[in-house]
Amino acid sequence: MSQSYDRGLIEDFGRWQEFSAGMWAWVLHKFTGWVLIGYLFTHIAVLSTAIPAATGDPAIYTGTLQSLEELALVRVLEVGLLSVAVFHILNGVRLLFVDLGVGLNAQDKSFYASLVLTGAIVVASVPTFISGAF
Amino acid sequence: MAERYSSFEPKGTRWFLQRLTAGFLVVVLAFHFMLLHFVHHAYEITFMGTQARMTQVGYFATMVLFLVTATFHGVNGVYNALVNQGLSGTRKTAVKYVLVGAGLLLALQGTRVALAMTGMDVTF
Repeated sequence: MSQSYDRGLIEDFGRWQEFSAGMWAWVLHKFTGWVLIGYLFTHIAVLSTAIPAATGDPAIYTGTLQSLEELALVRVLEVGLLSVAVFHILNGVRLLFVDLGVGLNAQDKSFYASLVLTGAIVVASVPTFISGAF
Repeated sequence: MAERYSSFEPKGTRWFLQRLTAGFLVVVLAFHFMLLHFVHHAYEITFMGTQARMTQVGYFATMVLFLVTATFHGVNGVYNALVNQGLSGTRKTAVKYVLVGAGLLLALQGTRVALAMTGMDVTF
């Protein structure tokens, strides 16, 4: 069985060298979560160009999206978004297993596996994400 | 005993819904990335292509459910993160209502966007 754990003052980032794998998993899951909810608001704002596009000129939507995709900075940020999304997914799956009581003794290993798999998926996706941008 | 790190009080309703939405989002977020970056490249997206996808009932329903679950999961996660940082009292109540409001506005605007993507006029 798992139990609650007193993680101490994580707000004191000077302690980062003392962090265990579980603490890093907690910090990274939180950080990627903040990025993803922030992006969701931005995503809906950009896609809102579909509202005038539906009644008038579809180019408002198509032009906005394609203009953004022409910017190399946007492509790089998309790779960053992919990184945080993949890590949040993989670490989230790991947390679901932990909640089910599966693999409690391999939490460090499964966290490291999440990191390695995130890196592999992101590196493999880079050519697709930046094609035509540079 | 294994260490357990979480911002949630375990086994509550919001704890359960956070995990239920997580299970759905894992699948749909991966599908969303695959479809709109690998099957269709993001730089090739057009309103016509979006409309063709969104006029399929199953795809439309999946995307709206994706919006609602992602909004809940995100806003609920932020709330728990802030409570975990020590937020309490009046500030906690104020933050709760601000987040509920922001979440409802996001879901409303996202639903308008989804309907507009089918070609519907959603201007007031």
